[in-house]
Amino acid sequence: MAEVPLGGEPRALSAPAVDVPEPAAEGPWARLCWGVRAYGFIAAMWIRSTMVYRGSFLMMVAGSLTLTALDFAAIVIMFSHVGALGGFALPEVALLYGTCTASFGLADLLMGSFDKLGTRVRDGTMDTVLVRPVPALAQVAADRFALRRLGRVLQSAAVLGWALANVDVDWSGGSVLLLVVTLLSGAAIFCSLFVLGGAFQFVAQDAAEVQNSFTYGGVTLLEYPPTIFAKELVRGVTFVVPLAFVNWLPVLRILGEDDPLGLPGWVDFGGPVVAAACCALAGLAWRAGLRAYRSTGS
Amino acid sequence: MTDDGFIVLEDVEKVFQVRRRARGRLRRERHEVRAVDGISCAVARGEMVGYIGPNGAGKSTTIKMLTGILTPSGGRLRVAGIDPSRQRARLARRIGVVFGQRTTLWWDLPLRDSYALMRRMYRVPEARFRANLDRCVELLDLGGLLEVPVRQLSLGQRMRGDITAALLHDPEVLYLDEPTIGLDVVSKATVRRFLRELNASLGTTVLLTTHDLTDIEQLCERVMVIDHGRLMYDGALGGLHEVGESERTLVVDLERELPPIEGIEGARTVRTRGPRQWLAFPASASAAPIVSQVADGYPLVDLSVREPDIEDVIARMYSGL
Amino acid sequence: MRLHGVYFAVAAGSFRRYATYRIATAAGVFTNTVFGFVLSYTFLALWSERPHLGGYDQSQALTFVWTGQALLAAASLIGGGFQEELQERIRTGDVAVDLYRPVDLQAWWLAADLGRAAFQLLGRGAVPLAVGALAFDLALPASPLRWAAFLGSVLLGLLTGFGLRYLLALSTFWLLDGSGLNMLGTLLSSFFSGMLLPLTIFPGEFGEVVRVLPWAATLQVPADVLLGEYEGTALLGAYGFQAVWALVLLAAGRALQSLATRKVVVQGG
Repeated sequence: MAEVPLGGEPRALSAPAVDVPEPAAEGPWARLCWGVRAYGFIAAMWIRSTMVYRGSFLMMVAGSLTLTALDFAAIVIMFSHVGALGGFALPEVALLYGTCTASFGLADLLMGSFDKLGTRVRDGTMDTVLVRPVPALAQVAADRFALRRLGRVLQSAAVLGWALANVDVDWSGGSVLLLVVTLLSGAAIFCSLFVLGGAFQFVAQDAAEVQNSFTYGGVTLLEYPPTIFAKELVRGVTFVVPLAFVNWLPVLRILGEDDPLGLPGWVDFGGPVVAAACCALAGLAWRAGLRAYRSTGS
Repeated sequence: MTDDGFIVLEDVEKVFQVRRRARGRLRRERHEVRAVDGISCAVARGEMVGYIGPNGAGKSTTIKMLTGILTPSGGRLRVAGIDPSRQRARLARRIGVVFGQRTTLWWDLPLRDSYALMRRMYRVPEARFRANLDRCVELLDLGGLLEVPVRQLSLGQRMRGDITAALLHDPEVLYLDEPTIGLDVVSKATVRRFLRELNASLGTTVLLTTHDLTDIEQLCERVMVIDHGRLMYDGALGGLHEVGESERTLVVDLERELPPIEGIEGARTVRTRGPRQWLAFPASASAAPIVSQVADGYPLVDLSVREPDIEDVIARMYSGL
Repeated sequence: MRLHGVYFAVAAGSFRRYATYRIATAAGVFTNTVFGFVLSYTFLALWSERPHLGGYDQSQALTFVWTGQALLAAASLIGGGFQEELQERIRTGDVAVDLYRPVDLQAWWLAADLGRAAFQLLGRGAVPLAVGALAFDLALPASPLRWAAFLGSVLLGLLTGFGLRYLLALSTFWLLDGSGLNMLGTLLSSFFSGMLLPLTIFPGEFGEVVRVLPWAATLQVPADVLLGEYEGTALLGAYGFQAVWALVLLAAGRALQSLATRKVVVQGG
């Protein structure tokens, strides 16, 4: 083979080859922006790659759109036998269902790959994540980004739309804002649960299922009105795992109902604060998990 | 950073706490495993170093510490003046890593897409990226494979693809963990030729772990041998022979079949087959006096001296130390 | 006939393997218990309004919930099981090697899946059922014969569930997106098995159709056997229903397997 010079023009060997400012050196804000950007282009690449098999992709979206509706169908079947559940009529339960599954669907779309983290640790592919100059969190979150998960979001949005048209609420600018903020902070709470679950898998690789109790279990819980559950359970998901902020408290406020715990009214607006606290906690847990991984390499 | 090296290790240690279930019991016992047990060395910029040792000797652990994946338990470590465990992301853009056993590429994507993603992750300017990719494609013979999903590549193709991926951002150091494992002869030769060329023309520092000693023979002036987490040898490849007290072999062809040659000072006959006989003597000794003794006492037709096999040398080192 | 020993060893190995996943088991028990409580309260709300809905009284309805949670992992009603591993082998092309082995692919994975299910029935089923029995008034049978009949029905249900998931796993050969397929399979099985809501309260003709689909054999029928809905010849009828679905699905699995083999041979993986 002919000897082809590798480097093109000769260059000084002592200088770093590529002169781009290092995001890590520019402070946490630049690092965050870089992480989000990296998430964006990794996710975009996965979308492009799924579009190669467009038929398969469309089938999956259609499938998830119709089949995620089955758990709402179960609720409809319940209401074919009773007029109200815990004092809530079908449109009101649909509002609960729509808000929590939309939040969950968004979180699952954005961060749904964390349950594979234990596998990555076991098979060693976590190492390749760590040799790249992109925050590990962004890489893991964007890994195998699956646009088909949009199916659940769309289905939730449809139920939510139906519920909004049928509940007996006098809508004001305030309550609309509350609804939007609720959806977003709910998604953030679920995202932080995914990250927490991922962080735990650094320590226990086969513990992917722990997060299911909180995510899938939480969604199943939040679909129903809090009035049918034991008070201890409601208290637990308000103060321990703050799932009640995903939809129960704000939706009860929108519906003009009192919450079963008799909490002061301002608590209903606590969603964003709780979401921010959850995200901070998840961030700390992720760092701790990564540190544990890097000291054990297990 | 000290001036004595580009990669510097000073008393680097890595201790793992392993919990193992004691036989027949439910309780687990804690064990301490010293995977890397006080390694000190320095590698200069532009060197090409072989890093060898048996399975579980601590090679991969060292590489993982040098790349910042693992945090050392003790000692001091610098790569290009950077502490890998503290500034992993900063270091990442100055090093390239190839894990022979697993790919850093995206399994379901065509090579081209993986490379495009690498470009963005490493923020490589477009022109530089294209130039690097073109050269790698040419030298590593990847033309026509860029549109193929990684999972459909053969092992050799995938390895060449992985090496390309590790070089698109012009790393100053390239770590290769078993780069030729499982490859066919042609792929091995391509990879070796490429690495030599890379080192010669760009001055890229290369640290290479391998089981295939031909890699070392053909690529590395310097070799480090590690076992049980300790550095057993660090020096020129040739020097290994002396350390290992290995033997060279004198192969003689006599006129006819004779009983084993006897009475040669400093050598002994280890094998005979027909008129050919094999005599072993220490690698550090000169062959000349032995040849003359044989020529004096026996009807010599032809002879040759065989250098010791490195695998043999290393096997001796391990058993002797 | 030495091969039978192979399959037994595969099943035993799989049982042991799942037994080593302690944290996963503990986490699963916790998940099942959480789900059990959530569903129990919704059922309580429903049955307090309609005390004999679907032919169950309140404690039978609660027993149905906790039986579902006890079988959830073993029957892979909402995911888990062998199919992810098989799909991964299909995705990486390793399955080509499996197809040339002297053992039968379907039997191999069936053995592995039954081994897993046996462990998960004990490791993940017993505790949630006990918790449910402590927390609520359940209608668990006292007769050991009824429990034996239940286990028989569970076994047939596992075979049916395997048949369904084997078809799903092999579809990866053509549909490529294994995790998407699993998600769809999970959504179908959680609804049509009765996990979310007993199939007996599904209304009208829809209900009648749902009760003869194969998913009914995985949870609805075993739970009804435990609740004493089938006795004597009716029990044989229930077994027959499950056995027919198991046979049909396993046969379909074989047919799809030979198509897949041909595909692998033609395309070289």
